[in-house]
Amino acid sequence: MAERKIRILLSKPGLDGHDRGAKVLARCFRDAGFEVIYTGCHQTPEQIAAAAIQEDVDLVGLSCLSGAHKYLFPQVVNLLKAEGADDICVIGGGIIPEQDMQPLYDAGLKALFTPGAKLDSLVEWINTNVTPRA
Amino acid sequence: MINEELVNKSSLLRQKWEDEVKKIVAKHPDQKESWTTVSDLGIKRIYGPEDIKEMDFERDIAYPGQYPYLRGCQPSGYRGKYWTFRMFSGMGTAVETNKRWKYLLATGQTGLSTAFDFPTLMGYDTDSPKARGECGKVGVAIDTIDDFRDLISGIPLDKITTSMTINPPATILWAMYIACAQEQGISLNKIGGTIQNDMLKEFIAQKTFMCPPEPSVKLISDTIEFGTKYVPKWNTVSISGYHIREAGSTAVQELAFTLRDGMEYVEDVIRRKGLQVDEFAPRLSFFFNSHIDFFEEIAKLRAARRIWAKAMRERYGAQDPRSLWMRFHTQTAGCSLTAQQPYNNVVRTAIEALAGVLGGTQSLHTNSLDEVLCLPSDHAVQIALRTQQIIAEETGVASTIDPLAGSYFVEALTNEMEEKAWEYIHKIDDMGGMVAAIEQGFPQLEISDASYKFQKQIDAQEKVMIGVNKYVQEDEKIDIPIVEINDSVEAEQLNRLAEVKRKRDGRKVAETLKDIEAACKKGENVMPYCIEAVKNYATVQEICDVYRGVFGEYRDPGIY
Repeated sequence: MAERKIRILLSKPGLDGHDRGAKVLARCFRDAGFEVIYTGCHQTPEQIAAAAIQEDVDLVGLSCLSGAHKYLFPQVVNLLKAEGADDICVIGGGIIPEQDMQPLYDAGLKALFTPGAKLDSLVEWINTNVTPRA
Repeated sequence: MINEELVNKSSLLRQKWEDEVKKIVAKHPDQKESWTTVSDLGIKRIYGPEDIKEMDFERDIAYPGQYPYLRGCQPSGYRGKYWTFRMFSGMGTAVETNKRWKYLLATGQTGLSTAFDFPTLMGYDTDSPKARGECGKVGVAIDTIDDFRDLISGIPLDKITTSMTINPPATILWAMYIACAQEQGISLNKIGGTIQNDMLKEFIAQKTFMCPPEPSVKLISDTIEFGTKYVPKWNTVSISGYHIREAGSTAVQELAFTLRDGMEYVEDVIRRKGLQVDEFAPRLSFFFNSHIDFFEEIAKLRAARRIWAKAMRERYGAQDPRSLWMRFHTQTAGCSLTAQQPYNNVVRTAIEALAGVLGGTQSLHTNSLDEVLCLPSDHAVQIALRTQQIIAEETGVASTIDPLAGSYFVEALTNEMEEKAWEYIHKIDDMGGMVAAIEQGFPQLEISDASYKFQKQIDAQEKVMIGVNKYVQEDEKIDIPIVEINDSVEAEQLNRLAEVKRKRDGRKVAETLKDIEAACKKGENVMPYCIEAVKNYATVQEICDVYRGVFGEYRDPGIY
């Protein structure tokens, strides 16, 4: 039987509509052989956590360019934890100032990618750090 | 324009030149095989008379103020008045933004442009659960007319024009502006400014949407009708390519989708409101991106004017020359800037601004070097504004109109942009118009294709971004000051809103909201009712909730 593919939920939490990065990643991850579910913009942390559990994903990728990442990213991590789904890896990207990085890692984000990150580097990070859950 | 004799002579010389080039290239190959614009349009090594031999001077070029307005709408160019130096700004509370505005005016800015925060942009109040974490972050938070009064405090509304980047709640923010002007006893035919109010590009690119496309266009037609009748100097829509480009489109896509959006609005106003095209078309305005590929941008802006003039005359029978004029604002390309080596952004912005000016813009925003990282600092914004002032007053480029006209390359590229844009416009016509095309996901997917391709080209170093994929400075520490919006802004704004809600006459608010609802249901123009509601302290969200209730909510289909 073929090995299960890595399943990824890509989402844009909050009210931000800058979805160029998220959509480029959706295509890139699909081309890299992952299964991709893209929720579109304007998702609440609750909607994202629920979708991640329902879709049984291995990874949640959050993109935010509005400055609200400090509030929204940890919310998603906490909601997953509350549902006992803290084995789902959460990563984020967007305009994230240097000083916000550590607090986000402390909150449970596993990786953060900022403008200029190469597509290959993201795919490689996922292949190294994420394995399909049983 | 180019006679046969010249073409024949030129062809001979060109043949000789080509032979020469072949010999050189055989020995010293070019640095790369294909030379393309940032949008991937192929560029020849040289252009000559034969590249523009089909052009007719009178039909295709002419002089400024003459059809087809390729060279500009105003006959006198920048000598009478430079373009408006209009820096987009807004942050935190209305009081803070008002302070920044006064700083900018004192620094020599000549028009205002408002950035709102995400809750305001999306039609939510600061006290909505959806607004958590977003208050004041990317712009100013406005909940009620009380905030709006602080925003414009001390700004002479009859002298300074203000642009407001607001889309789904455009009727409401414009109603606040109108109500404030009335409070100050300023006649509505004296106030000038712009509301962006362009919903089609939201579905295509920026994703700040609320109701579905059809009723969204209806609300826009309401504002156009109201402006035509009562606020004649207001630009009731700023048909925007900027966001389409930032979302990753090519220059041609930006041009085509924006102009086709404009045509959709024209058609809706004629059909729905029964206005004659010449009654409202002179107040339609546009907004373009100026990206890093210098000549492509100049060609795009020149082509835009010619396409619009032709479309208005030929498709809609416009006769008033002002209906044929494409007046536009330009902003340099945020997406061309880099977080790496951020001071390089000053250079990029200067080149992009220069392209905007050579393309004949009426108004310009120059991005600040730190905008990839945060809201601009006072210092960064000053450099950006000074960039415009240097272009205007030191370089001499504003002395003569459309200096690149007649260049074989620029004219050929302008023609090519126009031709390719018309192909898209006709394709969208065939799909049943822009609303139909959006419903089919057509422009969205075209843009996704282009942006993914570009990103792959960057990763493969087929296209260059200095500091990102070439001349990278390893272990770079980005040491520019980061502007942060304090979290106390949210608490402050929440208090303020609670106080307004406590003090206002709740019954009056409910009545005015009912009136808006009735107008929506009957298909009446909502503007007079909105003005009444904001005067009575109805909030942005309360009015938007009425729209959402009657027209429904649009959800991002997540097309990629």
